[in-house]
Amino acid sequence: MKTIEEIHKIREEKRKELDLRVNTSADVREKHILVCQGTGCTSSKSPQIIENFRKILKQKNIENVRVIKTGCFGLCAKGPIVIIRPEDTFYAMVKPEDCEEIIQTHIVEGNKVERLLCKDIDGTKVNRLDELNFYKKQKRIALKNCGVINPEDIDEYIAFDGYKAIEKVLKEMSQDDVIKEISDSGLRGRGGAGFPTGKKWELTKIVEGNQKYVVCNADEGDPGAFMDRSILEGDPHCVLEAMAIAGYAIGANKGYIYVRAEYPIAVKRLKIAIDQARDYGLLGKKIFDTDFDFDIEIRLGAGAFVCGEETALLESIEGKRGQPRVKPPFPAQRGLWGKPTLINNVETYANITKIILNGANWYSKIGTEKSKGTKVFALGGNVNNIGLVEVPMGTTLREIVFDIGGGLPNGREFKAAQTGGPSGGCIPKQHLDTPIDYESLKEIGSMMGSGGMIIMDDTKCMVNLARFYLEFTVSESCGKCTPCRIGTKRMLEILEKLCNGKGEKEDLEKLDKLAHMIAKASVCGLGQCAPNPVISTMKYFKEEFEEHAIDKNCRTSECKAISKITIDKEKCKGCGLCQRSCPVNAIEGEGRDIRVINQDKCIKCGTCLSNCPFKAIK
Amino acid sequence: MEDLITLTIDGKEVKVKKHTTVLQAAKQIGIDIPTLCYLKEINAVGDCRMCIVEIEGRRGYIPSCIQMAEEGMVVHTNTPEVMEARKMMLDLILSNHPQECLTCIRSGNCELQKLAIEFNVSNIEYEGERIKHEIDDISPSIVRDTNKCILCRRCISACKKVQGIGAIDCVNRGFESCVSTTGNNSLNNVNCTFCGQCIVACPTGALHEKEEIDNVWEKIKDPNTVVIAQTAPAVRAGLGEEFGMPIGTSVTGKMITAIKRLGFDKVFDTNTGADFTIMEEANEFVERFTKNDNLPMITSCSPGWVKFIETNFPNLLPHLSTCKSPHQMFGALIKTYYAKKENIDPNSIYVVSIMPCVAKKFEKSRPEMEVDKLRDVDAVLTTRELARMIKQANIDFVNLPDDEFDSPMGEATGAGAIFGTTGGVMEAALRTAQDTLTGENLDKIDFEAVRGGNGIKRATVNIAGKDIKVVAASGLQNARKILEEIESGEADYQFVEIMACPGGCVMGGGQPIKSSKTRSEIDVRKLRADALYSIDEKSTLRKSHENPILKKIYEDYLEKPGSEIAEKLLHTEFAKREKYNIDIEE
Amino acid sequence: MSETNCGQRIQDEFLKDIYETYKPEKDNLIQILNEVQEHFGYIPKYTQLKLSEFLNMPMAEIFGVITFYSRFTLEPKGKYTISVCLGTACFVKGSQKIMDRLKERLGIEAGQTTEDGMFSIDETRCVGACGLAPVFTVNGEVYGKATVQTLDKVLDELEGGDSK
Repeated sequence: MKTIEEIHKIREEKRKELDLRVNTSADVREKHILVCQGTGCTSSKSPQIIENFRKILKQKNIENVRVIKTGCFGLCAKGPIVIIRPEDTFYAMVKPEDCEEIIQTHIVEGNKVERLLCKDIDGTKVNRLDELNFYKKQKRIALKNCGVINPEDIDEYIAFDGYKAIEKVLKEMSQDDVIKEISDSGLRGRGGAGFPTGKKWELTKIVEGNQKYVVCNADEGDPGAFMDRSILEGDPHCVLEAMAIAGYAIGANKGYIYVRAEYPIAVKRLKIAIDQARDYGLLGKKIFDTDFDFDIEIRLGAGAFVCGEETALLESIEGKRGQPRVKPPFPAQRGLWGKPTLINNVETYANITKIILNGANWYSKIGTEKSKGTKVFALGGNVNNIGLVEVPMGTTLREIVFDIGGGLPNGREFKAAQTGGPSGGCIPKQHLDTPIDYESLKEIGSMMGSGGMIIMDDTKCMVNLARFYLEFTVSESCGKCTPCRIGTKRMLEILEKLCNGKGEKEDLEKLDKLAHMIAKASVCGLGQCAPNPVISTMKYFKEEFEEHAIDKNCRTSECKAISKITIDKEKCKGCGLCQRSCPVNAIEGEGRDIRVINQDKCIKCGTCLSNCPFKAIK
Repeated sequence: MEDLITLTIDGKEVKVKKHTTVLQAAKQIGIDIPTLCYLKEINAVGDCRMCIVEIEGRRGYIPSCIQMAEEGMVVHTNTPEVMEARKMMLDLILSNHPQECLTCIRSGNCELQKLAIEFNVSNIEYEGERIKHEIDDISPSIVRDTNKCILCRRCISACKKVQGIGAIDCVNRGFESCVSTTGNNSLNNVNCTFCGQCIVACPTGALHEKEEIDNVWEKIKDPNTVVIAQTAPAVRAGLGEEFGMPIGTSVTGKMITAIKRLGFDKVFDTNTGADFTIMEEANEFVERFTKNDNLPMITSCSPGWVKFIETNFPNLLPHLSTCKSPHQMFGALIKTYYAKKENIDPNSIYVVSIMPCVAKKFEKSRPEMEVDKLRDVDAVLTTRELARMIKQANIDFVNLPDDEFDSPMGEATGAGAIFGTTGGVMEAALRTAQDTLTGENLDKIDFEAVRGGNGIKRATVNIAGKDIKVVAASGLQNARKILEEIESGEADYQFVEIMACPGGCVMGGGQPIKSSKTRSEIDVRKLRADALYSIDEKSTLRKSHENPILKKIYEDYLEKPGSEIAEKLLHTEFAKREKYNIDIEE
Repeated sequence: MSETNCGQRIQDEFLKDIYETYKPEKDNLIQILNEVQEHFGYIPKYTQLKLSEFLNMPMAEIFGVITFYSRFTLEPKGKYTISVCLGTACFVKGSQKIMDRLKERLGIEAGQTTEDGMFSIDETRCVGACGLAPVFTVNGEVYGKATVQTLDKVLDELEGGDSK
């Protein structure tokens, strides 16, 4: 247990000590080597890097240099990432064997290791993190501490205003004050649907009940989204603190974090954080010497996408099959074990402390009229800068894909962006300039979702993509209601037929009819949104669907059964590279001839496509 | 005056009480909304989406079976969109259902088939994959054909919520979801009690009794076999329903005529068997009551209940009466006393019990249910199977003349008749026990406190100056409550009647299956039970010990209740059973 | 037979800790199953039976929960579990080809184990290494920016390594 004074003292002293983390001109003799230990970088051996650094520093008897593990810096494509502070040097794609050179050249000799400096898309080397285009248009609120602090050290969190918001709330604000602040900020649920957070808190507060619960939805199920995981891995305390604030506001003294068991690092860090917070008396009884008690437990999910749906999540916390409940009653009225329950997702919580400390007014100035603040996206797919980006609401898709994301690799053309995962839709080229917020995405047939954003180039088949998402939905449907259990399966079967060239024109009508009916008749969000990937692709890429159904042709050759790979006579220069790369000798022609593909022999492996220097093969 | 809620359904205003669903509210003004997974008081989950409606101001379609009426709500139940959506839901369900109506046991009484007719389904638009399931027909009582399951989960609710058993549950996920047991074992090897409540909850042919019709026909055809039928009390209160007669019609006379026309050699009345049970049970009770030995004494005539206590509360088995159930007692008497009297080789007798019950099929196959290597009962047919045989034989049941049970095993008292409903065994036993304890012939016959449809009925009756605390419970969830009271010592009953099926045998798992619609409109239990009470009321003899046949058989053969020979023929013993007989080797 | 008993003894031993850590409440089922899965690599039937007694719930309900969550398995996994990420980011980068190749090489489907007990195939939805897409993992070790060739090499090594 720490007294209030002790906490304040830690904050003051530690903040000074860590000034070099955020201040490039900090006047210190220390250096901190920050190594990302998010899941992505961990997968490429960042723990080994940390170990090597420490070993070498010890061998060389170097003092005043500390090696710190941090959460995700965001630019996962360049991982493992090492940053040296205070000078903020950014080393990318570091290997364990590079540690020696970094220590020798950078630390001992004071020079930069040129070959490891991160390169921007245009090839220019950047010395510092904030010089990267990737970071220029970002605004980090939810991710503020990610990559700055050691997530396993509560003191570092406290140093950067940690547990200051809860102290303020407990000492200076009434329950209604807190709710008003959150309402005024305009914050909306970051889990996907965008329900006003303050309103949700208020609805849970006004329900009578001597036992209420606060739940954190960390069951990030959208395949290809990892915002919540990165927050939990990089800054777990900010979620704990926000849950306690929510608990105070609605009158709950118990919280649960429902997190995927597939996120072992996040789970481990959460456990450490909870233990540390309890140790300091920041969770438990009489927090900050007030009458407010609050404690948090972790519940692990076990692999079911539907448990991201709030009522299914509640069922799962109760130890049951994750089958959604019928709403109403809403969890605010009858949630966990029938008690009023507030459920927010990780990213929503990650905004709370900042709103309390900086004020609703500050927050509501960021973003668009109806969507305030920032949104974190997991940018992936065919884009150069794969990673985590946090941008103000209202940023356009073009800015995200081209300015932040650095455009598409291999000079390919942008075809579509998929947001909202299996519940969302595809956004085509013509909507690249749409400012992204909850309403605008919905209007163009997609949704914000939890923040997955997958970019696709022109080699991707939209029918196949729709099939991919339906396959996901079918395998993740809980099976409770007829439309989702059988309907999505029938949709998938039709899509499979189309991809295999066995579809008919009538199938398109059937697909459309099924999609709209399932959306209206399903019990929960999973079923209601399951048709979105189909509805949006059919809307924007209708001709591709028709090609599959009527012409039995896939223009991208992703659907092998019906694809034809052909060589554009205009573009072919007769170099013969394709011919040499073909594993089945299906390409005919000699010398400088324009090459032709023998369709009978072609196995559609696509090798020639990537070998043609003139992009003549399609 | 209770607050009423006003809402508008299809333009009509309706006032309903709080906590009324839209489905019920619509029914109140004569608007019928189709349902499938809904089963009154058992299952309201909103899964099948057949009962969807549109509600102004709400997104998507709303299931009316669980949506509560709200003040000012405006509901549309029959817009073209809603009707199209329902038809699509039905189409999807059918796309995942075998099209085998012609050969299905539930053809003609299938809720899915009925909907298909009502919706004028002429082809299935969204055909696709169906998952093949193996049929489980290993148990002596229940057959599970998961291929025909539409996942309404009514059976799960009946098993888990109503009965508190949970032998079946929803397993797997998504399209592969199905109703199954642990490890997809046969019902025979898991904690199923064979009560059959899942069968009567099932809207389709996914669950049905293990048929024994063909075996019985074989024996009827065989001239060397004397085929004897005995019919349980509840059968006569239900059989008429299978031929379109109103629920609660007592059809004893027609039933006897029909069975005889089927070719049975004799038709006896299990009610007479029930009178024996009363004699033995009342005697056992008086003995145990006076010695205060292993009280409370609990009845043992419901085989589902017996399996329940054997698997769940083996420590309480000493409380169970040692009496066999009426048809087993009766079977034993037919093959001994009757065979001897009529000079028939008992080996050539084939006893067919016609029962409202599927657990009786299991009971008759228990190894101990025999005397000197002669099985007490050879076949058990449910009320439904009997109806099927009558239909097979093309008998015009409704217009049959009445007949009477064969003598001498056909005379029974009103006490035997009420065995078929919850509280009836208790009441019948009390009639005899009070006369035994007082040594008088008392006028008090009706014990109202143990009548009625409540799952648990507690009463204290004063007999010969002594208070006897009794309780009659029906439904295994209620049985569990009573046993827990006994186990914890929280209650000090002296006599306990338990029946596995909620409402007793009239609502047994072998009785005619009533659709969800009928069950939400009519109190089936009450009507069927009333039929039995009216038989009792009209009987000249209403106390088992006054039955002259019994008196004669005790005089001629059994000596007296509890005698050595009575013990041998009419009593049995019960033992602990494992809940699960599944292969757990790794 | 003795082997069987031994298996049950080991399970009993493990369950002792469970009985001490958890209250016998249904709510704890998923947490306990997560521990069992972690410890044994699957949920043995004997453990299911014991949990049904401990938590006082029907085995069918426990089976229903086990079969609902994809993390729980009823069969022991192979020596090497190879998971191919079929999350969107990996899918867009061609992980399906890797999966197809894996199934072809091992002759089994996702969720199955080879007869010799060497390999199991899993489909996973995002292991969180989207920056490395497409990825597959072998017993948790991540192979990023993978190709069919990477997979072949890894399989060759594992197969070869074991025959030695």
